[in-house]
Amino acid sequence: MASAPAVADTFPKLLLAHAGERGGRPAIREKDLGIWQSWTWSQVAEEVRLLAAGLASRGFRRGMHLAVVGDNRPRLYWAQLATQALGGIPVPFYQDAPAPEMVYVFQNAEIEFAIVEDQEQADKLFEILPQCPKLKHVFYDDPRGFRNYRREELADYETLRAEGEAYAKANPGFFEESVGKGKGADTAIMLYTSGTTGNPKGVVLSYDNLVLTSRAYAELEGLRDDEEVLAYLPMAWIGQNLFSYAQWLVTGFRINCPESAETVITDMREIGPTYYFAPPRVLEALLTQVTIRMEDAGRFKRWLFHYFMGVARRVGARLLDGELVSGRDRLLYGLGGIFIYGPLRNSLGMTRIRVAYTAGEAIGPDLFVFYRSLGVNLKQIYGQTETCVMVCVQPNGQVKPDTVGPPMKGVEIRLLDSGEIVLKSPGLFVEYHQNEQATREAKDSEGWYHTGDAGYFDADGHLKIIDRAKDVGKLQDGTLFAPKYLENKLKFFAAIKEAVAFGDARPEVAAMINIDMQAVGDWAERRGIAYAGYQDLAAKPQVYELVRECVEKVNADLAADPKLSGSQIRRFVVLHKELDADDGELTRTRKVRRRYIAEKYESVVHALYTGADHCWVEAQVRFEDGRTGTVRAQLAVQEAKTFPPAARMAA
Amino acid sequence: MSTAARSFGPVILGVEDVSLAFGGVKALTEVSFDVREHEIRAIIGPNGAGKSSMLNVINGVYHPQKGHVTFLGERRHAMDPHHAARMGIARTFQSLALFKGMSVLDNMLAGRNLMMRTNILLQALRVGPALREEVRHRRRVEEIIDFLEIQHVRKTPVGRLPYGLQKRVDLGRALAAEPKVLLLDEPMAGMNVEEKQDMCRFIVDVNDEFGTTIVLIEHDMGVVMDLSDRVAVLDYGKLIGDGTPDEVRANQSVIDAYLGVKH
Repeated sequence: MASAPAVADTFPKLLLAHAGERGGRPAIREKDLGIWQSWTWSQVAEEVRLLAAGLASRGFRRGMHLAVVGDNRPRLYWAQLATQALGGIPVPFYQDAPAPEMVYVFQNAEIEFAIVEDQEQADKLFEILPQCPKLKHVFYDDPRGFRNYRREELADYETLRAEGEAYAKANPGFFEESVGKGKGADTAIMLYTSGTTGNPKGVVLSYDNLVLTSRAYAELEGLRDDEEVLAYLPMAWIGQNLFSYAQWLVTGFRINCPESAETVITDMREIGPTYYFAPPRVLEALLTQVTIRMEDAGRFKRWLFHYFMGVARRVGARLLDGELVSGRDRLLYGLGGIFIYGPLRNSLGMTRIRVAYTAGEAIGPDLFVFYRSLGVNLKQIYGQTETCVMVCVQPNGQVKPDTVGPPMKGVEIRLLDSGEIVLKSPGLFVEYHQNEQATREAKDSEGWYHTGDAGYFDADGHLKIIDRAKDVGKLQDGTLFAPKYLENKLKFFAAIKEAVAFGDARPEVAAMINIDMQAVGDWAERRGIAYAGYQDLAAKPQVYELVRECVEKVNADLAADPKLSGSQIRRFVVLHKELDADDGELTRTRKVRRRYIAEKYESVVHALYTGADHCWVEAQVRFEDGRTGTVRAQLAVQEAKTFPPAARMAA
Repeated sequence: MSTAARSFGPVILGVEDVSLAFGGVKALTEVSFDVREHEIRAIIGPNGAGKSSMLNVINGVYHPQKGHVTFLGERRHAMDPHHAARMGIARTFQSLALFKGMSVLDNMLAGRNLMMRTNILLQALRVGPALREEVRHRRRVEEIIDFLEIQHVRKTPVGRLPYGLQKRVDLGRALAAEPKVLLLDEPMAGMNVEEKQDMCRFIVDVNDEFGTTIVLIEHDMGVVMDLSDRVAVLDYGKLIGDGTPDEVRANQSVIDAYLGVKH
């Protein structure tokens, strides 16, 4: 770990320390006009100094908020640092947030200053300006398209910098003085979390939160100041802030901003990050690309790929965990490394990765194991914005796909009777901005943070997250029932798009399943099964067979889990239409609305629990042009095999 | 966005009394109009009205039997394409003119061919002046790539790109020549709504940022009316209307030509 002086407890102080210690080394790179441009730590410190002076000359004071709207751009990073140097608080926004959704945050944080990436973002701010009269200054990075703007709020980055130069000349020593006033307990940043209901909440994080968390990660993984990191995720996301901003300043490594969102894959290959962070959807997109390109390859190459991926699936992950593997497998894996894994890692830009993290949502075991079996040390972490993502990490050499690992050092976890996870950690947020009630609800009087997630520890002390606490229920015999956990397990199969599990206060578990039209359609085509449309395909006996296999695999998995073996899926039905947000069956973020579905498909639920082998269903659908119609269908109800609970030995 | 009154410079390109015939077919009959510096000028008309012929006359591909083309004060009976290009007229093509097997970057560098000053021997050896020149050209091309937001396909062979993107590359290739006047032959043909919107934005931005004068031929009336400062309307090779979009929209002969008229 970098030896930052003990006094450096804020980001601006850390910046100055780096400028002193490793001033000549590149701190940040950006690909611009096809070339990677770098700025050294001293250059960054100088830019931040001028920018801070510019903001000060415009009347930015301690404690004020500054909105940062845009993609990962060095200048936006510097604006965050300049704000913090003045004792202000940056509030980053998702660059794709629509203007109306930004209004609340601007009002809630009483934002007067904003820095935006380009014209597109500036236009959004001008759209909401009438509702946010406090907003007085908007600075922009990329001047393109601003030629005809005549607005007094607007100034470009260069102007601000020039004003800063003049101000700094007139007030020598102001910057160092201002930085010196900062303390670890000060607010470092405010990140808004999108609640499923109501307005977003501004999570206030202090320097102590972020610095201590970053130190913990650096220590755990042995991060050094020569790591290469790709800064490509939204700045408003805690993950990005922790891994590419806080840890950047704590350890003094290098961050690299890609040219544009579309070039991330190419840019990643050029940089070859050593420390990488990606949410499951990014990893999935990468895998899809590999799969598609392999389908287009010649027959021999395809065979080679599938053969060695088979070997990798069998032994790759075990080798990574340091287990003993037979000599023959070791040899095969070595050959695979030469022919497949090495080149593949290279084309994914993952050759140099020492540690890769994924978080944000549940990751499918196949996806997770794919990367690990290639020899990429991908690990899951668990945490929230409120905890600075510092709760659990899978330890090197003991990665189990279905747990998130043991608690990190300094984190205390307790499980409530309801199964809810509550915890204390150094990364625990200060409060929700101007929302005492929400703060009290999340953090109880003794300082325990209620995560809202339910889970339990397995025999090795690794935490397993199963569901949102409020959704967890019990079967009539008292067995734990975690619907989301079952649904996720089902959804990890390509053939299944959505699933809804029932079981709370019922004798057994049953599920409604939506097939994935694309995947199952392709599957049917390859087998020469003719079908007329979604409804027809969903009702095919072969499709039922396919779905049953998936359900039974889930059951076999559950049988091995001592807590959940009782909640195996006994009966299921394949729905005749896709669950749709337009019909109110899903939320806009594609989460199933379980209660609404239970009411709407009452006849189906009834059939699932009365032992009938079929049922009639009539459902209202809303077409895309706004008309509504009714779809009638007869659905078959089928049983799935269940397995006796296996008493598994601790691995 | 503020759409403050746009100001234009003097006439940069004039078409005077141009007639063009292929054997007995009269493609253009005594057409006159002008293009002022920095404006977006559209030429519209139904199929076979002579729009592309007009562009080809300006560009020097066709030589009119009668009339003149004035460009930058120089009056000529006929241009030739090479001369037109040297003087600062670049164009895009309805049916794209790109090297399909070459990368986007190389296609655009090819667009700067006329500006290469060093000889082929120096270029082949990549020494001194040739190297400096290449760096300069590459920089300019990269700026255009950035401008058109095609960084992600910089090294992709053009033939592998979807059509809408190829059109954008074709625009980039024309821009690489740093033209004073840019002729666009149906820039939105065959595009979907989103691609059209993107292309519109790029055309306006090119006009705005680089100050390039733009002459475009387009089928899509809606697009033309939003985009252009002035519109010339051709029908059966004759100029039947000329003016601002509003004037043209109200012009009875234009309405007749587009909607048909009772005989």
